[in-house]
Amino acid sequence: MDIIVENLTKIYGTQKAVDNISFKVHTGEVLGFLGPNGAGKTTTMKAITSYLVPNNGDIHVGEFSVIDQPEEVKKRIGYLPENNPLYNDMPVIDYLRFVAQIQGIDKTRIPGRILEMVKLCGLEGEKHKKIGELSKGYKQRVGLAQALIHDPEVLILDEPTSGLDPNQIIEIRDLIKAIGREKTVILSSHILAEVEATCDRILIINKGRIVADGTPENLRKKAQGQEMLKLTIEDGSKNEIIAALQKIATIDWVNPISGSENRFEIQSRPNVSSRKATFDLCVKNSWTLTEMVVVETKLEDIFHELTMN
Amino acid sequence: MKEIWIIARRELSSFFNSLMAYILLIAFLGFSGFFTWISGADVFLVGQANMQSFFGIAYWSLFFFIPAMTMGLLSEETRSGTIELLLTKPISDWQVILGKFLSTLVLVCIALAFTLPYYITIATLGPLDHGAVWTGYLGLILMSASYIGIGLFASSLSKNQIVAFLVALLIGIFFHIIFGVLAGNFTGFLGGVFTYLNLNTHFESISRGVIDSKDLIYFFSLIALSLILAETNLTRRRF
Repeated sequence: MDIIVENLTKIYGTQKAVDNISFKVHTGEVLGFLGPNGAGKTTTMKAITSYLVPNNGDIHVGEFSVIDQPEEVKKRIGYLPENNPLYNDMPVIDYLRFVAQIQGIDKTRIPGRILEMVKLCGLEGEKHKKIGELSKGYKQRVGLAQALIHDPEVLILDEPTSGLDPNQIIEIRDLIKAIGREKTVILSSHILAEVEATCDRILIINKGRIVADGTPENLRKKAQGQEMLKLTIEDGSKNEIIAALQKIATIDWVNPISGSENRFEIQSRPNVSSRKATFDLCVKNSWTLTEMVVVETKLEDIFHELTMN
Repeated sequence: MKEIWIIARRELSSFFNSLMAYILLIAFLGFSGFFTWISGADVFLVGQANMQSFFGIAYWSLFFFIPAMTMGLLSEETRSGTIELLLTKPISDWQVILGKFLSTLVLVCIALAFTLPYYITIATLGPLDHGAVWTGYLGLILMSASYIGIGLFASSLSKNQIVAFLVALLIGIFFHIIFGVLAGNFTGFLGGVFTYLNLNTHFESISRGVIDSKDLIYFFSLIALSLILAETNLTRRRF
């Protein structure tokens, strides 16, 4: 089931939390929503779940609009809100039954669905405990179980792995990936490694606007543009080496790395590589090239660059 | 309708899980039992087989207990964020409001059902006006429903349960006493208005055994108004 967001604007008081954003998510796609705190991630997600009414624009989940047919939209969405609010005084199994009933699941299917969810989310040992007594990781699983119990076609997860330990994070990520094969998933995070690991597509938003949209590889390539190399050249004097490197036509600039006698950073001009020329230069002058590393632009850098101004 | 009942049932089970329900039941039965049978203007002092002394004390104890039951209904959900979970399920805001309203009303009815032995006992003591007893219970239920509505509205105003409790009590006290006092101080049109607004006027006429449509309209419009305000408040968050 596709999600189409058109010109979504949401204003709180005088502040535009989300400013005229449009995007599309297709079935079987896991979309990562990335942005600093207060960028508008949660607001957008709340609008998709029809918890918030947009000031402008519309969202379609499948054929249903969140403004005209919110009940239909809600039936098809599984939602894990930020901070995972739950009824702490309820036992896990009672809570799942309550959610199943309210989702309108057929009475005869409810016990089966609850068992499936308990199994899928690894809650066998805790199903009779009160939710308030569970650890954060287990609470998160309960949150996920309640979002999945009616087998929704769309899954919206607001920071699904926050507060989990590394093992739990890996488990939840695997679960999301498995679910994402047949369903439409939108998840938000400010942990870059997480989105990179789980998502097919990344949407970076800042101050309520989309600043980047693409696969993790694409985004990286786009930001890379110019090649960056780290070199260690031995058996030569620093100034000589710098002077020689600067003469190479493909090199844009050379920078000695501070604190080291023979390490340099060079950046090539757009769309060309200086690796071969650098190597030849060393051979010609009988310098020993002991290190040449292509500096990869990390998603962190893209994120930083896009959201800092 | 099914959804309303699902919400109400969850709310009731949370009342009973948190001991809230037991405490209120014990306190209510203790108070009303004490003043009906043992102390003050009790049945033996009055020397008549009627339940006026019970209705009098229930009228006051419910006034204090109901805000305590309703204060958490919406404010706690807003504070913990579970309201977001609830409202993103395929149910309407109205179903949430009505479910919560129903849950507390059912709890009050359970409490009142436990006082039926009083009725049976008094009936064996002397000639009892059975009609007046049933309309008296009806009056208590209508009064409770009005205060539950007010309590629910108060609970929709704040994330803080104590604030919700106090606001409910504050609004309630106008209907419970202040309008009555004002009605005594004014004459003419204004006096009439305050007399009409005074909840006690309507409660007394019903518990005397007279079911007048004027009183029913009063209670139903009070309930409807407070529920509409609560729903409006709940919906407002979306804009």
